[in-house]
Amino acid sequence: MITTALVSAWIARFGEIIEDRADYLTKLDSPIGDADHGANMLRGMTAAVPAAENAPTIDAQLKAVGMAMLSKVGGTSGPLYGTLFLKAAMTLGQRAEVAPSEFAAALRTGADALAFRGKAEPGDKTMVDALAPAVAALESHVAEDFAAAAEAAHRAADEGRAATTDMVARKGRASYLGERSVGHTDPGATSATYLFQALAEVSR
Amino acid sequence: MKKLINSPERVIADALRGVEAADERVRVDHTNRVILRADPKAQGKVALVSGGGSGHEPLHGGYVGHGMLDAACVGEVFTSPTPDQILAATTEVDRGAGVLHIVKNYTGDVMNFEMGAELATDLGVDVRTVVIADDVAVEDSTYTAGRRGVAGTVVVEKVVGAAAEEGMGLGEAAALAQRVADSTRSMGMALTSCTVPAAGRPTFDLPEDEMEIGIGIHGEPGRHREPLTDAADVARQLVEPILADLDFADADTILLVNGMGATPLIELHILFGEVMALLEAAGVRVARRLVGNYATSLDMAGASVTLARADAEILRLFDAPVNTAGLRWGA
Repeated sequence: MITTALVSAWIARFGEIIEDRADYLTKLDSPIGDADHGANMLRGMTAAVPAAENAPTIDAQLKAVGMAMLSKVGGTSGPLYGTLFLKAAMTLGQRAEVAPSEFAAALRTGADALAFRGKAEPGDKTMVDALAPAVAALESHVAEDFAAAAEAAHRAADEGRAATTDMVARKGRASYLGERSVGHTDPGATSATYLFQALAEVSR
Repeated sequence: MKKLINSPERVIADALRGVEAADERVRVDHTNRVILRADPKAQGKVALVSGGGSGHEPLHGGYVGHGMLDAACVGEVFTSPTPDQILAATTEVDRGAGVLHIVKNYTGDVMNFEMGAELATDLGVDVRTVVIADDVAVEDSTYTAGRRGVAGTVVVEKVVGAAAEEGMGLGEAAALAQRVADSTRSMGMALTSCTVPAAGRPTFDLPEDEMEIGIGIHGEPGRHREPLTDAADVARQLVEPILADLDFADADTILLVNGMGATPLIELHILFGEVMALLEAAGVRVARRLVGNYATSLDMAGASVTLARADAEILRLFDAPVNTAGLRWGA
């Protein structure tokens, strides 16, 4: 089962990775964005980690993370991560434990809502390029073993992230560069990969 | 990085304290980071809310006051404000006649204002939104997030602010805002990058002998990079794409030559002179002129040209009294 303890550990580990990689995310955001992704995500996670720890149920934890991202991050990442967590929370009901398949389905709902909010499709060089394959991998392996499914999701996210390097950006600020965006890895796809790296690490 | 700050984390909070101390026309909601009129508009009038990332001052906080904005939502540097800030501003300034959101066309700004408007609508506030996309530098708007909102936003906020002050209704004000936005075109260039305080280093490298044509207001790259030339050539490179994009013949226009933050006024006047000569040669009638720093990009050196077609109503509203830190006349 997925417990509130696991969700707390997941969000806390995501926060640690963001803290560790904040400068790198900002560096990725400099040539093709506006040099703030690391700082913005760090501000969001600083609020999200204690909020997730203090919530009694999984849906409340995800909602607290979503609200923290929405109110602290700003830019594009704020509403997108906010939508991901808020919509995922809405599917779960007030429970301290949910089945792995329900958790995966919740992330699917969140990821779809995020793509809708951002009007992005796979191949647009956005966080969707990491998120969509990760959620698909999580869903297809979740019946076997959650740790293995989370590992597969991380691998899929990482492959999606790496693939953004050769893409031409079609959404967000990077899209203004057109062909000049090729050769740069998308910072949003990178932070989304960390989300699944964290999930894989705490599920082992 | 050399900046006159206390620490990168405190830039916005410290700047807002300074704004409040310096400008008697406004008050600041520090919790929600909203700059509001000290003397709110009368009941029954449409209110105008704008906002965006910081670093573009006086846009938008410097345009809060009589005849222009009712509130400006202040984001982190180059980062859109959040939906809860936009909600707080919108409910605070609503005088029962609805609120017009003036949003620059950036993915983050549009998304956050969209969510803020949804939240305000749930609370019963009538919200309309106009998205400003005046930057002709973005050539391929099909495969991008579309044209950016830049200095032309100042013209929209001025004209529609005057109309709202006169008592124009929300639907009409939104339509007017759209009409002014549709009649306005801008094009910018950079001599240097800017440095975001939290990043601590220039956003991009621009060699000493090169310039970037078609820049936005966040240090994002433009159309192309080329060897640095002179003011006359730069004027031509900024004016030509504007005139190619919209027909400015047989109409009065408002011309704004805008500094990006680190270009001295003497250089902006040199550019202004060159731009005027080109417009006269092209038969464009310039009826109103502004030169100075109106929509900046932190410490970037560079400039932009904005040209707005203006009918008699737009000119009359442009001339109407305004009393803000960034624009003041007749009041």
